[in-house]
Amino acid sequence: MSSITGRGPAVCIGDDVDTDLIIAGRYLRTKDRSVFQEHVFEDLDPTLAARLQGAVLIAGKNLGCGSSREQAVVALQQAGVQAVVARSAARIFFRNCINRGLPVFIVPDLFCHEGNEIRFDTEKNELSIAGKEVRSLPLSARMNEILAAGGLVSYIRRETGR
Amino acid sequence: MATLSERILNAPAGTCIDAQADRAFCHDGTGVLTKVAWEEMGSPPIKQPFRISIIFDHIAPANTSLTAQLQHELREFARAHTMHFSDIGGGVCHQVMSEGSALPGELIIGADSHSCTLGAFGAFATGVGATEMAAIWATGGTWLMVPETIAITMSGSLPSHVEAKDIALAYCGRLGMDGATYRAIEFIGDAMPKLDMADRLTLCNMAVETGAKTGLCYADEVTGSYLANYGTHIPVQEPEPCTYEKEIHLSLDEMVPLVAVPDRVDTVSPVSEYMGTPIDQVFVGTCTNGRYKDLERFASILSDDMVMVRTIIVPASRAVLSEAVQSGVLQTLIEAGCSIGVPGCGPCLGAHMGVLGPGEIGLSTANRNFKNRMGVDARYFLSSVTTAACSALAGEITDPGEFL
Ligand code: SF4
Repeated sequence: MSSITGRGPAVCIGDDVDTDLIIAGRYLRTKDRSVFQEHVFEDLDPTLAARLQGAVLIAGKNLGCGSSREQAVVALQQAGVQAVVARSAARIFFRNCINRGLPVFIVPDLFCHEGNEIRFDTEKNELSIAGKEVRSLPLSARMNEILAAGGLVSYIRRETGR
Repeated sequence: MATLSERILNAPAGTCIDAQADRAFCHDGTGVLTKVAWEEMGSPPIKQPFRISIIFDHIAPANTSLTAQLQHELREFARAHTMHFSDIGGGVCHQVMSEGSALPGELIIGADSHSCTLGAFGAFATGVGATEMAAIWATGGTWLMVPETIAITMSGSLPSHVEAKDIALAYCGRLGMDGATYRAIEFIGDAMPKLDMADRLTLCNMAVETGAKTGLCYADEVTGSYLANYGTHIPVQEPEPCTYEKEIHLSLDEMVPLVAVPDRVDTVSPVSEYMGTPIDQVFVGTCTNGRYKDLERFASILSDDMVMVRTIIVPASRAVLSEAVQSGVLQTLIEAGCSIGVPGCGPCLGAHMGVLGPGEIGLSTANRNFKNRMGVDARYFLSSVTTAACSALAGEITDPGEFL
């Protein structure tokens, strides 16, 4: 199984950032996924979108609560977020990350500052934050397989031989 | 000895299982993306399409020609693949599924966060995203982690001006917005026989607001007689002793009407503390409180009086609307000055049919009051139908305890 590795600067947001705040409902009526990146976090902090390219998103607890909208994850990917690290994440948002192939790490005692360098490796249950190793909660074998395939679309293509 | 979730999923908490869904559904919002993901998967054959529903409710009828076009494609798709399809005006997906389609013991997966609503039938019902729904179209199932369970044990009975919605707000306040993340919530206790299916659906609906994977009620005589109306006869689920991660006790006799204060579902206060707050709009509807019982209650409080603030009522389904027509409830609502919307989600998601303007304050019977959800720079309080009715009559937030 191949792992996904990367590194990037931390962009930090707070607790309980719901999926409406990640991408507002008024932008959802489209099949064109590329429009989301302009509006990501618009209602939280309109300056955030421009800083996400190549970044690792660092969140507090309960990231992605609320609506099941998968566009929240797609918007982060479109905006260039490489991976998401949170103290905790709402479960549908967490599943959507895995299913769309966005590496997600849950670190209950997360501590991080804006701009800290983050290194990650999806096969290891740890991250490096500003040179310091921290443990993340392990993913199940299935979750790792889906992530390694690049998301559920490629995973199902492989499973169904398409 | 197992929790209801462990019994339905047939594995102990903490196990990761592969399971086939007994029923799967999405709506116009998530359906569009589900179809895109399914096409990206190479358009695999749809496994057992008769178990799959597509229910138009979020922006129904369409608000723009783009929405109409996307809905047109999805409608044709559902028909071509012989899926169960509910067009505009049929109602909110969770309500439509609750009208005889969801059964005890089933695994029900919906591409919508409030899919937990159907746990009211003693099913394991939970939400997923669009890509995962596409995988369910292709394979019939998905992986699930069997959750630990938090029990909410209720005793006594509700005072007449307090509703199941107040219980839901109370537990959201107690647990907080992430207090039950990855957990199931079981609603148990001697109060259960007094809570009808409408109440149970309201209770389970809001489980996700605490992060829960689902909310569940054991199927009992109440469930049995409800489903018998749809021609289905079910055995009851006898609770067995089991281990809960945590138990919360609520004494229903002591409950008071509550509101969730903007912009959080878990900032819950007695209505009395917000008495007199002016409001611009009252909205009654949604998968939380748009059932016939809710419309009837609202109408009975209005009786022959006029609402003092613009009031939008959206029946949760065509069946609800039809019952309200037959009983005369609809006539009372119209004569009292209420506006009636097409069955569906209505303004709940801030897309159409009652969006608030900047600076306006609304009172809604929905389940979510996040920042900007129902109108940019507007604020929304959440309450029971009883509180909403008293407030509509007064034109300001009003405690039913003082009013009725
Ligand atoms: S009524 Fe509101 S909460 Fe319920 S499914 Fe529709 S948009 Fe979601």
